[in-house]
Amino acid sequence: MTSTITIDGKTVPFTEGQTIMDAALAAKVYIPHLCHDPEFKPHGSCKLCVVEANGRNVTSCTMPASPDMVVINDTPELNEDRRALVQMLFVEGNHICPACEATGNCQLQAAGYYLRMQSPHFMHFYPPRRVDASHPDIFLDLNRCILCELCVRASRDIDKKNVFGISGRGIDSHLAVNSESGRLGDTDMAVTDKAAHVCPTGAILIKRKGYTVPIGQRIFDQKTLREFHLEQQKRVESEDGPDGG
Amino acid sequence: MMQPPDLPDIEQQIAIICQRHGCEPHRLLQILIDVQEMYCFIPPEAITFIARHLNLPRVNVEGAAGFYSFLSLEPAGRYRVLFSDNVTDRMLGNEELMRHFCNRLWLEPGKVSEDGLISTNFTSCTGMCDQGPTALINGWPVTRLSKERIDLIADLILSKSPVSDWPSTLFEVNDNIRRTDRLLGEPFEPGSAIRATLMRGADATLGELKLSRLRGRGGAGYATADKWTACRDSEGTARYIVCNADEGEPGTFKDRVLLNRYADMVFEGMTVGARLLGSTKGFLYLRGEYQYLLKKLEEVLARRCEARLLGTDILGEPGFDFDIEIHLGAGAYICGEESALIESLEGRRGKPRNRPPYPAQHGYLDQPTVVNNVETFACSAMIAVHGGKWFGETGTWESSGSKILSIAGDCTLPGIYEYPFGVSVREILQDCAAEEAYAVQVGGPSGILVSWKEFERSISFDDLPTAGAFTIFGRGRDILEAVRNYAHFFAHESCGFCTPCRVGTQLQKKLVDKIADGHGTASDLEELKHLGHLMRTMSHCGLGHTAPNPVLDMLEKFPGAYEQKLTSLSFEPAFDLDAALATARRITGRDDPWAHLP
Ligand SMILES: Cc1cc2nc3c(=O)[nH]c(=O)nc-3n(C[C@H](O)[C@H](O)[C@H](O)COP(=O)(O)O)c2cc1C
Ligand code: SF4
Ligand code: SF4
Ligand code: FES
Repeated sequence: MTSTITIDGKTVPFTEGQTIMDAALAAKVYIPHLCHDPEFKPHGSCKLCVVEANGRNVTSCTMPASPDMVVINDTPELNEDRRALVQMLFVEGNHICPACEATGNCQLQAAGYYLRMQSPHFMHFYPPRRVDASHPDIFLDLNRCILCELCVRASRDIDKKNVFGISGRGIDSHLAVNSESGRLGDTDMAVTDKAAHVCPTGAILIKRKGYTVPIGQRIFDQKTLREFHLEQQKRVESEDGPDGG
Repeated sequence: MMQPPDLPDIEQQIAIICQRHGCEPHRLLQILIDVQEMYCFIPPEAITFIARHLNLPRVNVEGAAGFYSFLSLEPAGRYRVLFSDNVTDRMLGNEELMRHFCNRLWLEPGKVSEDGLISTNFTSCTGMCDQGPTALINGWPVTRLSKERIDLIADLILSKSPVSDWPSTLFEVNDNIRRTDRLLGEPFEPGSAIRATLMRGADATLGELKLSRLRGRGGAGYATADKWTACRDSEGTARYIVCNADEGEPGTFKDRVLLNRYADMVFEGMTVGARLLGSTKGFLYLRGEYQYLLKKLEEVLARRCEARLLGTDILGEPGFDFDIEIHLGAGAYICGEESALIESLEGRRGKPRNRPPYPAQHGYLDQPTVVNNVETFACSAMIAVHGGKWFGETGTWESSGSKILSIAGDCTLPGIYEYPFGVSVREILQDCAAEEAYAVQVGGPSGILVSWKEFERSISFDDLPTAGAFTIFGRGRDILEAVRNYAHFFAHESCGFCTPCRVGTQLQKKLVDKIADGHGTASDLEELKHLGHLMRTMSHCGLGHTAPNPVLDMLEKFPGAYEQKLTSLSFEPAFDLDAALATARRITGRDDPWAHLP
């Protein structure tokens, strides 16, 4: 049995167990997000996807849809708050877009474009963070990590390796690696792992691939974050379909 | 850098500790606490061995160890001195005492002494505000610190005397109960609540709880009978009763007194709950700061087992089995949040869960779980004995019963006061002899800052709700300094999971510092409001939702507190170029006018 919710006045069907985000994306209603990826268990940390449901702010990627829910999503106020969250993520780390290999492929940057971010607005933290080049094929640069835990979830749930985790607390929270040395080179991570390819920013990069796609032809040079995420959803849906995985 | 200590037989030692805890992954935090105690830190090898014994990914063990303030991944001193840094400790001069201590022992806060003997730092409120300033020394609270006491402590440390041999006067903790009412004033006979429950029956007792209109005493004020009913009616293979004794809200210490003096009443409330919900297992989550109460509480549990008030066939009732286990926290305010508490009970980082589902449906080990405050369980025991009507006669309709307040700050008689709900701030101020009160922080930093104009307001769920903190500021106190202390507290205690709180609390801290240091502008005030809005509306849990409260209250009610600190400029760079040269000045030993920017 399907029930419906409304999002910004549009009726959207959902099935039991779906979140507001699931229902929205399936109906091509876009809710901005960064830590969500339909392939993984929802997480709920970036808070870009916060919407107002029945008068209360909720995290749409983790909140189950319930019958007749009235959701408000695409408003100037919410988008302004989302922009401020993206700005927070920028100043928290060390993001050097023009010089970053991920430029044009980075979802954080694309979220900045999508939400019309003109400046970082807040004061930069300039945190000292680690760069780890110990792995032969994979480069880990925590300066650009936004703690979305997509790599943690990919490694745990898909690669079954638990290469990543989070340690520290508060502003000292950081990605930790599953080895006594703390170095990626001392783990069993392989370049073919899912975890090597899910990072939405330039924190996990594959070595010797620099600029194989020239700037100007990269993902977000061609499309918006919205288009990218809706396609991602479609891809997952077709994989989940009768002929898929 | 100090040398890492020699760790002979570490593998064997870790094996013993893990076995002592049955190699149970849920006991990871308890294992880490033991390891910290043994080595004064958590060595990397220990993390590897624990992971192996518990069959957990190493990174999960490291993640848990990295989360809690009382665990350290770097060697700490063999004497670890943590100065409580609540605003009341500040008012009593803890900073000066810390300086004195450091001078005496050639220390720097946050650093271990060269010989590895001592380390010192500040820590969040230790729950002794009625007898501060306080420090925790290897986990033991030392109250009423003074220069003389600091000198004595310094000598004891230098002579390497074990803390267990120190004079007991140093560790005296008083209950300071100044006013009692329904809860603390009535005598309580251990077993009486269980007997009454067995006589009346479980459902009828739940009915009494409903009739009492009891609402949770931990802050949010959710109706206890409703929570218990939801848990009872949820599907599961087991049910759990959890007593939240995390008491992390700065300025609150009433649960400390309840546990010290009324432990039977608290445990009995849990046991009544077990009968009503059909639970066989309960936990007391005891904040690390109260570790000194652990032995005493375990003795109470043992005595209750002997009296057949716990264990199997309680009071001879076949099949009525219930036992209570004490879990220690390790310095994390967020673990008072009920779902973070459950994560911590399961041996993980104290990260609040996504809700729904709520603990009443999916709590500990995904089973229906009730989490209640210490005082709520004490109330439940009294309701079981005296009935719901008796309880509901005090207080107001919306807020029935009494409330225990932890009163500290600028008053002559700090301590524990029990009042019927509805009592006014003014009346409380009179009773504790706070003659020159100017402001009161009700409910701690996450609560409400009340100005002298509002002293007719009352303690109740619909006016001034509180878990118990009542912190008084006398005339002449700098509210901005108090707010700054609170802003630092939240920045330190944010779990770091969600963006608005993790980053927002830091930005808030920096802006309040900027204003307090005399560099603030009108636009910084606007920015604080903007941040407050973001944290309140976008955060994942109550910590982020309430973290802007003191700042926003100050902006609204105490303009005088910050106005004279604002520079007249509309823009002031956050970066002070001259201050940046300070290091260079120190290195070159210069401080003449030419060594400064104009
Ligand atoms: C950051 C945070 C810290 C909390 N700390 C405590 C605490 O120390 N003790 C407590 O009883 N409740 C605390 N709470 C409230 C609990 O989440 C929960 O509501 C309470 O334990 C329920 O018990 P009650 O219904 O008896 O009040 C805290 C909540 C938050 C958001
Ligand atoms: S490394 Fe990338 S994928 Fe992993 S948590 Fe950081 S930003 Fe997310
Ligand atoms: S609001 Fe703060 S404490 Fe709560 S989940 Fe977010 S970061 Fe953690
Ligand atoms: S996408 Fe929902 S919180 Fe990140």
